[in-house]
Amino acid sequence: MTLGMELRYRWMKDVALPVLLKARERNRRKGSIGESPLGPPLESTRSLKRLMTRHYALARYAEGARPVAWVTSGAPVELLRAFGCYSVYPENHAALCGARRMGPEICTRAEEAGFSRDLCSYARVDLGHALSGLTPVGRLPRPDVLFCTNNICQTILYWFKELSHREGIPLVLFDTPFISVGEGTPEVFDYVAGQIKDAVPALERITGREFREDRFHEVLRSSIRASALWGEVLATMRHRPAPMTVFDAFVHLAPVVSLRGLPSCERYYEGLLAELQERVSRDVAAVPGERHRLMWDNIAIWFALAPLSRLFAEHGCAGVAGTYPNAWAETNHYLDLADPFGSLAKTYALIFLNRGLDYRLGLMEAMGRDYQVDGLVLHSARSCKPYSVGQYDLRRSLAGRLGIKSVVLEGDMTDFRTWSEEQARTRLTAFFESLDG
Amino acid sequence: MAEKLLVAGVDVGSATAKAVVMDRHGHVRGSSLLPSTPNLSAVGREALNAALAEAGAEAGELAAVAGTGYGRAALDFAALRITEITCHARGASVLFPGTALVVDVGGQDSKAIRMGPSGEVQDFTMNDKCAAGTGRFLAVMAGILGTGLEGLGLAGLTARRPLTMTSTCTVFAESEVISLISRGEAVPDIAHAVHQALAQRLAGMVRMVGAETPAVFSGGGALNPDLVDCLQSLLGLVFQIPERPQLTGAIGAAHLALRKAEA
Repeated sequence: MTLGMELRYRWMKDVALPVLLKARERNRRKGSIGESPLGPPLESTRSLKRLMTRHYALARYAEGARPVAWVTSGAPVELLRAFGCYSVYPENHAALCGARRMGPEICTRAEEAGFSRDLCSYARVDLGHALSGLTPVGRLPRPDVLFCTNNICQTILYWFKELSHREGIPLVLFDTPFISVGEGTPEVFDYVAGQIKDAVPALERITGREFREDRFHEVLRSSIRASALWGEVLATMRHRPAPMTVFDAFVHLAPVVSLRGLPSCERYYEGLLAELQERVSRDVAAVPGERHRLMWDNIAIWFALAPLSRLFAEHGCAGVAGTYPNAWAETNHYLDLADPFGSLAKTYALIFLNRGLDYRLGLMEAMGRDYQVDGLVLHSARSCKPYSVGQYDLRRSLAGRLGIKSVVLEGDMTDFRTWSEEQARTRLTAFFESLDG
Repeated sequence: MAEKLLVAGVDVGSATAKAVVMDRHGHVRGSSLLPSTPNLSAVGREALNAALAEAGAEAGELAAVAGTGYGRAALDFAALRITEITCHARGASVLFPGTALVVDVGGQDSKAIRMGPSGEVQDFTMNDKCAAGTGRFLAVMAGILGTGLEGLGLAGLTARRPLTMTSTCTVFAESEVISLISRGEAVPDIAHAVHQALAQRLAGMVRMVGAETPAVFSGGGALNPDLVDCLQSLLGLVFQIPERPQLTGAIGAAHLALRKAEA
């Protein structure tokens, strides 16, 4: 890390980027967006765009000025932040590539190198990006460390090992044993906590920086708060009519995934929550004339987010709950400053994707009741097997427990070669018609 | 309400366009069935005009028109646009009150629909982004075997030797059928194997929603007696088949138009 790089980073962060982003926003401000079945758009979306654009724009200047880490969505990023690492989330980047409809183009680069089309499309986007440099964000910084937890799937382990092997980048890995039944045992949490503790000297070596406990505590506090705020943001959708939809939640979850532990993340959700609370107080509906309230299971179909949101709204259907956005509000309450390592272990080992189907069923049943859901849309993601396996059992059980109808949509997070728009439209419309009776 | 009230249902699918003109008592007064063309709106209108001519009525007499099928969005003359799932369920209920299950094999897709006691859609499943399990699959097979669509069903009924087809992918099944022909297998045996493969796929879809009775088989696939037989024995149930199974969706659409006109 050189002084020149540090100065360049600070200058970009504090002076140049804010000016550039403001100018860009001014140029982009559009007039009317035409007729829409949706309610007024969230004002906070503008701050979100600014925040995330700044994050990706600054990332390339972080190289050489900060230790750069590539991090998986379920990794204890709080530890990295204590070392002042700049974090980049390949999964979030892949979602962005998906939303910009670049999925197939980048996936193909990985497939050409021999990666199977059956492999997770986030992995293919990331590996395809590593091979080709293709990205909608200009350039991602080269990582100094890869930070990976296998609590979301096993694929991520091999994906990050591949990145590590290809580029010779150190990999810090946390193994979280799958908790198929019950609430996890002390042995599991001790095992995970031990690995997080062991990562401290490893990170000191890799980053050349000392571990600062005071900074670590500060980050933990901020992370707890950001997740709690995110939980409150989601909870506003319990209100009838919902002030935002699950499609908004997919978009607005980017900071809690990528920036939790940073003050900017907390500030962002304070603003969003205030806006939503104000909407609730005035009964502003995200879907005017809300007739049905639906729960979404699985990751978003990023490339079809806008048309799906519109189609739902055209039929008076508001997506008000989702297992995926909920994941970042689900376990952070375990975080405890009195036992940072043990509580991080619990927080990251107990996420629903690392637990049996019974737990997920209970979670969905509770969400179904809390959010007064009267239908379920299950996205069967072609390339995310751990999330999609068991969905037919879930829908059968939830039909019995909650008395709700459901529909399965075959899709993918980013690879729209698996998507048939017309079939999906017919399926969803038929489902909405059946809700109307 | 006028005694003469008429409504229509138009079902524009990938293979055929169908229309039905219905009176206020739910009786079909005129119907039509035409091959589809890429101009969905025009073929839909043509089908409607043909049904109107058969009913001896004018377009101006229609109190409501409902469009369905994959071309429904193009039917600018239809005040209602409803999915084929809802329309097939309704059509089957109109033709056979109390229907609990509909299997529909159309040109582009196939579906299994389970209905509740008052004919409402409870659950449904469709083929996935693939021609396997659809009428298109049968049309391709009939083409290779040289039987024609109608002949395929009759040929299958006279099969003597059981053959197994391992693929329901239309493209791979085509090469499998060609290899069976070149092996010297008899056309009826191959036709039966084709139906068996398709029926197995349909049975899987039916089991996903629940194999309830009374059950109705609709769509062009219902005109294939060997396919119906295969599916009946796989599921252990008997299907009721409408006189003109391809019109089921259009009848459902017309009935929904009637409900709207009466509202």
